[in-house]
Amino acid sequence: MVKYDTSVELCGVKLDNPIIPASGTFGFGREFAEYYDLDCLGAISFKGTTREARFGNPTPRIAECTSGLINSVGLQNPGIDKVIAEELPHLREIFHKPIVANISGFSLEEYEECCAKIDKEDQVEIIEVNVSCPNVHNGGMSFGTQPESAAEVTRRVKAVTTKPVFIKLSPNVTDIVAIARACEEAGADGICLINTLLGMRIDTMRRKPVIANKMGGFSGDAIFPVAVRMVYQVANACQIPVMGCGGVSTASDVIEMMMAGATAVQVGAANLKNPYASKEIIEALPKEMERLGIERLRDIIGIVK
Amino acid sequence: MYKKGIYTVLSNEPLTPAVYRMVLEGDTQYIKHSGEFINIELEGKFLRRPISICDYDTTTITIIYKVVGSGTEQMKAMGIGTKLDILTGLGNGFSTDNDAKRPLLVGGGVGVPPMYNLCKRLISEGKKPMVIVGFNTASELFYTEEFKALGVEVYCSTADGSVGTKGFVTDVIREQSLEFDYLYTCGPLPMLKALYDATECPAEFSFEERMGCGFGACMGCSCKTKYGNKRICKDGPVLKREEIIW
Repeated sequence: MVKYDTSVELCGVKLDNPIIPASGTFGFGREFAEYYDLDCLGAISFKGTTREARFGNPTPRIAECTSGLINSVGLQNPGIDKVIAEELPHLREIFHKPIVANISGFSLEEYEECCAKIDKEDQVEIIEVNVSCPNVHNGGMSFGTQPESAAEVTRRVKAVTTKPVFIKLSPNVTDIVAIARACEEAGADGICLINTLLGMRIDTMRRKPVIANKMGGFSGDAIFPVAVRMVYQVANACQIPVMGCGGVSTASDVIEMMMAGATAVQVGAANLKNPYASKEIIEALPKEMERLGIERLRDIIGIVK
Repeated sequence: MYKKGIYTVLSNEPLTPAVYRMVLEGDTQYIKHSGEFINIELEGKFLRRPISICDYDTTTITIIYKVVGSGTEQMKAMGIGTKLDILTGLGNGFSTDNDAKRPLLVGGGVGVPPMYNLCKRLISEGKKPMVIVGFNTASELFYTEEFKALGVEVYCSTADGSVGTKGFVTDVIREQSLEFDYLYTCGPLPMLKALYDATECPAEFSFEERMGCGFGACMGCSCKTKYGNKRICKDGPVLKREEIIW
């Protein structure tokens, strides 16, 4: 019998499989631990964390779309100190695989400070720097839409940590390759993409935007082709590994994204529709590998040229 | 604790032109309190539909829903035997662990259904609940007979006066000089606020918000309370008087 090998390696961090629940769709694992044993996951990327605690945007924050949803949560989180004091220890109790720390900020100093703090936490193996949140002003995405500012964040963060740093990029840009390359040149160890697409829905009865903040980030199955395209472009232009993210909901999607160039694959909105989504995708991987004649998942990374 | 399962539609019938009652058969062991909700997956819809539980027993769940959009239109057309993927055991429901003897239950519109199981539970605990239901007009009325069948006092208000007291649920409290030592309520926000202002006893209010996941992960339905940020889907939908910020 063929043993299907799903393991991958991300900047020296070994993952049993490439599946990582995406930041913002998995909290700090608590809610999902009630459903299943989280240790089946390759890693977990925790909720985007900032220096100060944030309530986030006014509600309604959610708008349903065909094959997806728009969210405008606005980086609600308890703040880096509370995450380190309360959430990380609890996550360590319920999850014993690599943790990806998703860090957001509104200034270079904030990114620096948060990354320096998280650098001291042994259980965090990878830092994912979010320069792509579309739901906050004067921060988040504004750093990720220009090569120079994305590179500057990368340099500042790299200077305060020895952990692998992935920069999470926004698809709401003209030239994703230029930004990814700028991050690579500035020392990034990897690129994660894509964050959500800026979107909007209108309640035609009330003649008002559905979301209080008017616009939000569009995610879900519908954005998968955009994500595959950008993963392909960036993986072909950069030497550093890519974590693919955006609209992944099946094992087949995972393999497609890996063939486009992703070393690991994040599952986002699918977790919100079906709390077992990440687990079910992992369980379905060997069968999909068998169907496609793949023995080692890592052999197909970027195989499509 | 909550769980995903497959449920079968046992019945699905209109109570009024716009409001339907659906009875589902399946595992109910994860439902612990009145006022919890279930989250239903619908074909072609990305998000599930959160609907409060009207009643449940060891094998069935009863929900009452208003047809307001394409999701509930789809539900309305479901025949007996339809299989549905549902999350149960969701939400922080009403608490009955208190020394109230004469609780008042107030439901407005589709906020009426969760009061039904709560009423039964309070009766079984030896308490003497009374009920007010509020609607816009007589043709929207449902479940008054079901409440009466439980043997409790039932009052009604309609905005146009076509049945019961003309006005709002708070007018019933004044008009009938109702005396109660605890308040449970679910309904539109202006009604909740009016009850909050019109009463002083310990009270629990069930809130509604547009949700993403329904189980506490996405932070889509957060609200501020005096005890910090809460998620309507997970820490709510029921909040206690002392924590609410209007």
